[in-house]
Amino acid sequence: MNSVIKGASYILAHTPEMVIHNGTTQTTERIVNPDGDYLKALPSHLRSYEDCVNYWPNQVYIGNATPDELAEVAFPYYDKTKEGASRYGKFGEIMPEEEFLILAQCCDVFEVLLLEKGFVAANKEKLAADPIITEDILARVQEGVELSEIEHFVNDEHAEGLYHAGQLVGCVKRAHDIDVNLSAEVMHENIMTKATSVLALLYAVKNAGISKDDVEYVIDCCEEACGDMNQRGGGNFAKAAAEIAGLKNATGSDARGFCAGPSHALVEAASLVKAGAFKCVLVTGGGCTAKLGMNGKNHVEAGMPALEDCLGGFCVVLMENDGVSPEINLDILGRHTVGTGAAPQNVIGSLVADPLERAGLTINDIDKYSPEMQNPDITKPAGAGDVPMANYKMIAALAVKKGWLDRKAIPTFAKEHGLTGFAPTQGHIPSGVPYIGFAREDILAGKIKKAMIIGKGSLFLGRMTNLFDGISFVIQANTAAEAQKEAGVSEEEVKGLIAKAMKEFAASLLAE
Amino acid sequence: MDLENQKRVKEFAEQYGPENVVVVVGAAEGEAAGLAAETVTAGDPTYAGPLTGVQLGLTVFHVCEPELKEEFDPEVYDEQVGMMEMVLDVDDIVEEMTAIRDEYCKYL
Amino acid sequence: MAILKGKKVVIIGDRDGVPGEAIKACVDTAGGETVFASTECFV
Repeated sequence: MNSVIKGASYILAHTPEMVIHNGTTQTTERIVNPDGDYLKALPSHLRSYEDCVNYWPNQVYIGNATPDELAEVAFPYYDKTKEGASRYGKFGEIMPEEEFLILAQCCDVFEVLLLEKGFVAANKEKLAADPIITEDILARVQEGVELSEIEHFVNDEHAEGLYHAGQLVGCVKRAHDIDVNLSAEVMHENIMTKATSVLALLYAVKNAGISKDDVEYVIDCCEEACGDMNQRGGGNFAKAAAEIAGLKNATGSDARGFCAGPSHALVEAASLVKAGAFKCVLVTGGGCTAKLGMNGKNHVEAGMPALEDCLGGFCVVLMENDGVSPEINLDILGRHTVGTGAAPQNVIGSLVADPLERAGLTINDIDKYSPEMQNPDITKPAGAGDVPMANYKMIAALAVKKGWLDRKAIPTFAKEHGLTGFAPTQGHIPSGVPYIGFAREDILAGKIKKAMIIGKGSLFLGRMTNLFDGISFVIQANTAAEAQKEAGVSEEEVKGLIAKAMKEFAASLLAE
Repeated sequence: MDLENQKRVKEFAEQYGPENVVVVVGAAEGEAAGLAAETVTAGDPTYAGPLTGVQLGLTVFHVCEPELKEEFDPEVYDEQVGMMEMVLDVDDIVEEMTAIRDEYCKYL
Repeated sequence: MAILKGKKVVIIGDRDGVPGEAIKACVDTAGGETVFASTECFV
């Protein structure tokens, strides 16, 4: 039987200082144009934690508002405030930077992340007040070191500084003197993705109503790589994060596919559960410090806040069929193959039209499509357009070509079958998966029957191939009752056939 | 424009002569297309890449512009770009590209 | 006069617009010689 989606979590960590110090747009600018206007102007464009919490798309991401409600908000979103906004949402939370740094310290197991004593003392209790943070995690907090020690590592030992409110409050040291794969920059990036993944895992277990001990396997699908010079992508973020989250019965591994990583990982996880290899598999993805402020130049130029100030994280819990929860239907899989090519219509064709056609369905049989859910508030000023909307227009245009949709229905297609983008531009984070939490609820509430999750990935960025990539799957209302009914009938039929065969055999014996 | 891409554009202009090089962009919006066009004609407007302050004046078009489109095999264009063309705001793209070309292209 | 015929063509595609490889397929039919095709990604 198909696996079911038992729950999902979505978390953000507000990290404005990492925008300045770790986002690659900014680190590149510091090398090529250190005295330029952009780096001078950027700090005044960073949002306060309160503004980040009150931001509509962030509230949708953690589950305090729906994509449909966001669609009713007048564009742009950055100058609007979500009434009743809260740090905590039904899917997760938006963690402030000072608490996140303490959590990151808890996730460091090689003493490379140092925090200043006073900073730890001032903020440890704040993290402890977060209901999701358990005693075993708090027990990992180190009391911290003197500022002079941190300054020494930053100034003399190539450590990456950790900042809060413009002050140096800690650092991530390099983990090896020569190996660039263990440099301070890489260690910083990896510890932050691990910490966001841990937070996502904790919420996922809670939201699914399962015990930590139930988890048997974790697949990490972020876009970072951990390893040393002899195996630079060796892994294993999944198991590393599961350890801190306290999932002691779990093993795991990393799956990679650029932004398509989460969709690949979910198909793999659904297959593992359906095959009976594991009863409970978690797919998790932490955030990406490199992409913080990726389009900051455009945002600053447009006189708006630098909106890419949060690390994202998500986790989806897949389990054996419980007869109730929505399922991942592995019979309807779209795949961008080596032969598909780069033409946008072929990409969408391979991911949307082809799998539906193979299953005897049309574009109208899917109630909601979740392609790349990037928040247009971020991408439009950067010249990348409204990414989800472009996807919907393509799907609609393709449907017209197939004779599934009247040309006149193109403008209404996005409204009926689409969603307004609300996810941060954290690469894999917005790719299809942000809707899974809502999809589970909408299907359970009977609002929709089928949703298609579409992941796409830019493989060419790795300079190993010019190919694009993508994979899609369908989430549907639970069919266990129907399946059992069918199985029940056939079982009786089999018994009947056996009885008939026995009678015939007996008759033939008697005849002899 | 990506810094590595700027470097390559500069190298090709030096290698083949700027009058022999044509740049074709595929940006999703008029403004982004205009920025790419400006980078390879008047120099990198973001002052970040190797083309900062370098006025190559290269001939540059967006793949959906009519002048270019009429040179392509219509079947191949339809197959590769046709549906994306329906999604893009081609008028806006043409307007941005024309403005940049009129001002900075040296070889048209 | 043709724009592409006999020219060295540099392609800067866009992941969310028209990708480099799709542009290259068109340029090939117009007699342009593609010397470089890349695709940028802003998301």
